Amino acid sequence: MKLFGKRVITDATQGFVFTRRALVLGAAQGGVGLLLAGRMAWLSVVENERYSLLSESNRVNLTLVPPRRGWIVDRTGKPIAINRTDFRVDLIPERLTDRDKTLAAVQRLLALSDDEMQRIREELDGAAGFQPVQIAENLDWNRYAAVSVRLNDLPGIMPGRGFSRFYPDGAAVGHLVGYVGPASAAEYEKAKDPLLITPGFKVGKEGLEKTLEPALRGKPGAKRVEVTAHGKIVRELTTRPDISGGTVRLTIDAGLQAYAARRLGTASGSVVVIDCANGDILAMASMPAYDPNSFSDGISHDEWDMLSQDDHLPLLNKVLQGLYPPGSTVKPMNALALLEAGVGPQETVLCTGAYRVGSGLFHCHKRGGHGMVDMRRAVAQSCDVYFYHMARRLGYDPIARMARLVGLGERYDLPVASQRYGTVPDSAWKKAKYNRDWTAADTVNASIGQGYMLTNPLQLAVMAARIGSGRMFAPRLLATSAPPAAATLPVPAEHLAIVHDAMDAVVNGGGTGGRARLQVPGVLMAGKTGTAQVRRITLAERRTGVLGDAALPFRLRDHSLFIGFAPADVPRYAVSCILEHSGHIVTAAPIASDVVSYLFDKDKALARLERLEAEWGGTIAQRMAAQARAFRAARHPAAAVPDPAEEDAR
Amino acid sequence: MSGPGIVPAPLKQLPWKLLLLVVAITGFGLAVLYSAAGGHMKPWAISQGVRFLLFLIVAIALSRLREEFWKQTAFPTYVVVVVLLAVVELIGKVSGGSQRWMELGIVRLQPSEFMKPAIVLALARFYTLLPATELRSMHAIWPAAAMIAVPAGLVLLQPDLGTATMIVVGGITVMFLAGLPLRLFVAGAATLAASLPIAFSMMHDYQRNRVLIFLNPESDPLGTGYHISQSKIAIGSGGLFGKGFLNGTQSHLDYLPEGHTDFVFATMAEEWGLLGGLFLIGAFMLLVNWGVRVGLRAESRFARLAAAGLATTIFFYVAINLMMVMGLAPVVGIPLPLVSFGGSAMMTVMICVGILMSLDRQPRRGRIG
Repeated sequence: MKLFGKRVITDATQGFVFTRRALVLGAAQGGVGLLLAGRMAWLSVVENERYSLLSESNRVNLTLVPPRRGWIVDRTGKPIAINRTDFRVDLIPERLTDRDKTLAAVQRLLALSDDEMQRIREELDGAAGFQPVQIAENLDWNRYAAVSVRLNDLPGIMPGRGFSRFYPDGAAVGHLVGYVGPASAAEYEKAKDPLLITPGFKVGKEGLEKTLEPALRGKPGAKRVEVTAHGKIVRELTTRPDISGGTVRLTIDAGLQAYAARRLGTASGSVVVIDCANGDILAMASMPAYDPNSFSDGISHDEWDMLSQDDHLPLLNKVLQGLYPPGSTVKPMNALALLEAGVGPQETVLCTGAYRVGSGLFHCHKRGGHGMVDMRRAVAQSCDVYFYHMARRLGYDPIARMARLVGLGERYDLPVASQRYGTVPDSAWKKAKYNRDWTAADTVNASIGQGYMLTNPLQLAVMAARIGSGRMFAPRLLATSAPPAAATLPVPAEHLAIVHDAMDAVVNGGGTGGRARLQVPGVLMAGKTGTAQVRRITLAERRTGVLGDAALPFRLRDHSLFIGFAPADVPRYAVSCILEHSGHIVTAAPIASDVVSYLFDKDKALARLERLEAEWGGTIAQRMAAQARAFRAARHPAAAVPDPAEEDAR
Repeated sequence: MSGPGIVPAPLKQLPWKLLLLVVAITGFGLAVLYSAAGGHMKPWAISQGVRFLLFLIVAIALSRLREEFWKQTAFPTYVVVVVLLAVVELIGKVSGGSQRWMELGIVRLQPSEFMKPAIVLALARFYTLLPATELRSMHAIWPAAAMIAVPAGLVLLQPDLGTATMIVVGGITVMFLAGLPLRLFVAGAATLAASLPIAFSMMHDYQRNRVLIFLNPESDPLGTGYHISQSKIAIGSGGLFGKGFLNGTQSHLDYLPEGHTDFVFATMAEEWGLLGGLFLIGAFMLLVNWGVRVGLRAESRFARLAAAGLATTIFFYVAINLMMVMGLAPVVGIPLPLVSFGGSAMMTVMICVGILMSLDRQPRRGRIG
């Protein structure tokens, strides 16, 4: 600067310089003051909204109160899935005084495993302030009380009540309602709903619990609390109560459902009962099944392994996911198709026990043959050759049309998680699927419900209901509104009467289904038996004599089937029963008969069941507990004998 | 002067407007401390109030001293404070940790605080002694630089970056006012900017962290950046008129750390809003402006340099603290004088005010006499 050149600096210039610089300094200070004021205005005015929000989210802690799950009840309002108060114990980390001492006391009082304690310690290390850490849930009253009375010695321990799902009928409704469980990480990722990760909240995982989730869930309540930076709750601001989920009424008859499940006994199979008046599904039992109560509480490794290794497939809902060749149960439907095509009911076919198609020989189930059979006798005695012959005369396509009309191969509009609907084969289907022409052998196989034909048990029950009632009912599971009107089956009434009469003869006229006769005076069952072959019988075997089922491994034994309706004259209920690989040791007919008789004479049916259960080794729960014990014993030979109290609890 | 009145002359001579300003700032601060304690006088407001009265008396007492006294004691005071700083440093070394104060029975003495006015007075004295012709020589620079470097170095060892910075900028301000060539300061600023990376590499971890967090506070909202984030939330959520007295949530629910000490401004701003902030900023600027004007109207070179330097010391206190709480500077631990709870900053500022009042009496007396 020129001013500070080589000039001599005097006191006077020094004073001048000071004044100038002091003014500059003052101005700079004023400038900084303005800058600060501006910065503050920016923060508090321009960005006020953002910071107010941040301040509120600091101050207010929103906790969700999980809604109580809606009930699932049967057609009369009897509970199928409800909520049970359960006892739980939590720990407030901030109130802990002596962590090790308290945890040791709690472990002793609640009999917690070391694994559990490890989890609690880990969660405690990661927990902040007043966020509770779960010690245990689903406690019985004794253990809960043991902790509750010692609260003074256990600072930080907080006993409480929550809700857990309870299925009074246990395994009998397992496949029907499914179960609940904590939401998975994937479910949370998809929905981003904070409710899903609220401790204690469960979502439907399977069956109706899953498909009816929106109706059952309800709306969570919320608790807004003011918290300090350390997580300490200062006061509650507002609390919005939860809205519990809606009650869903099913068409199921809970008593019948439980009876059907129990009556299946030790067999692997399913029973479906449909109301012929409106298509309501009254029961759909698949056994063996898992106990949804133990799934909802979190299943143990042993229990899971036991269920998944069982060859009776307790994890599969056979009613909807099991596909079986319908076997001879299609014969009444075949008869309807024949009548429709102009075959007279009096026309006869000579059954010699075998039928030749080209170079192939197709056998009747009766080795010597039935002799001359007309339609009624063919159905009643389940003559295969009659249907081989007639189906070949007609071709299979018109029969396939009738099969679809009575509900086979159809996918129903039901609130179920998955449904396999099988195959009704015809020439067009085969062309599309295999690009091959339909053969005479295909017709012969399909005419006795074998070959490509596959159905699920629900379809068989629908077939029985449609043939019985003459109405095209769609099966219904939710009793939420009036049943939809159903069209009439486009079949002349006299045709139906002929088929009804033949099915009556199956059970009550010396036919193959004599064991399905109802034990109820004045009520007759009409039906049709079936046996579905799962293996190929070789020529060599035929020569030496077909092996008895007792000599075959479980997987290769025949399925036993029965469809029917009662009363035979005015059909009210339709039933289907399939026993997997039961061979001819246990058959489906008596089971279907007992289940239907329950609807007419409850007490007698129950008395019969109790006698049977005594033979089988107890109720479903008792047998499952015994199975679990045996499984555990086989797996951990050294482990101690399980607590007998556990069995009594079931 | 006017004729004898009921008010005694010494009392009448007091700069009442200035004292009112200081009392207003402190009084407002007491209200904030009262709120910060959840609506209680204890533990902060009451002791802060008592302390203020004490320092007010000290300041008035200092204002009775003559300029000559400050001139004579400037160097000895400086030397004593430097020795005290060295002693504190030694004690810290012996006890195996950093230490900033010495316990003197009832009083906890923090020598670095005294250094803030002491460096200003010592440098003012130095430039008074320096002949005007020497101002452009090296003799005008190196002694002053050494006088700044020694205490700043000692304080930096404690380590107290904030106070060291204030000592350095306080000293440089006096050098600037003394009339050293401008290019020195320009070159110095350039050197400083160039050496920042080196300084950064020599910092303690926590200091380095604070700088990094300052540059990007969102990078660590729950760690070291927490202070700045929460302070900005408190100020920003206050809005125009604040949440109301005793209604601040950031401070009362402990989200704002140090809400009664370094971050007291945020506590205030949350409850009083922009209005309260403008009041405090304005009041401090008036105080600083008064100090600078004392320097402008002083007649001796010593009084000019000292007054403007002391005013700037007060200014730096306020500016660094406010920039820190508003996220414009790293967290360096400089309190807001008179408002933050604590005696050190209040003592320093009240000493500055006392000396300023003392220097301000000189020219008037001169005019009258």
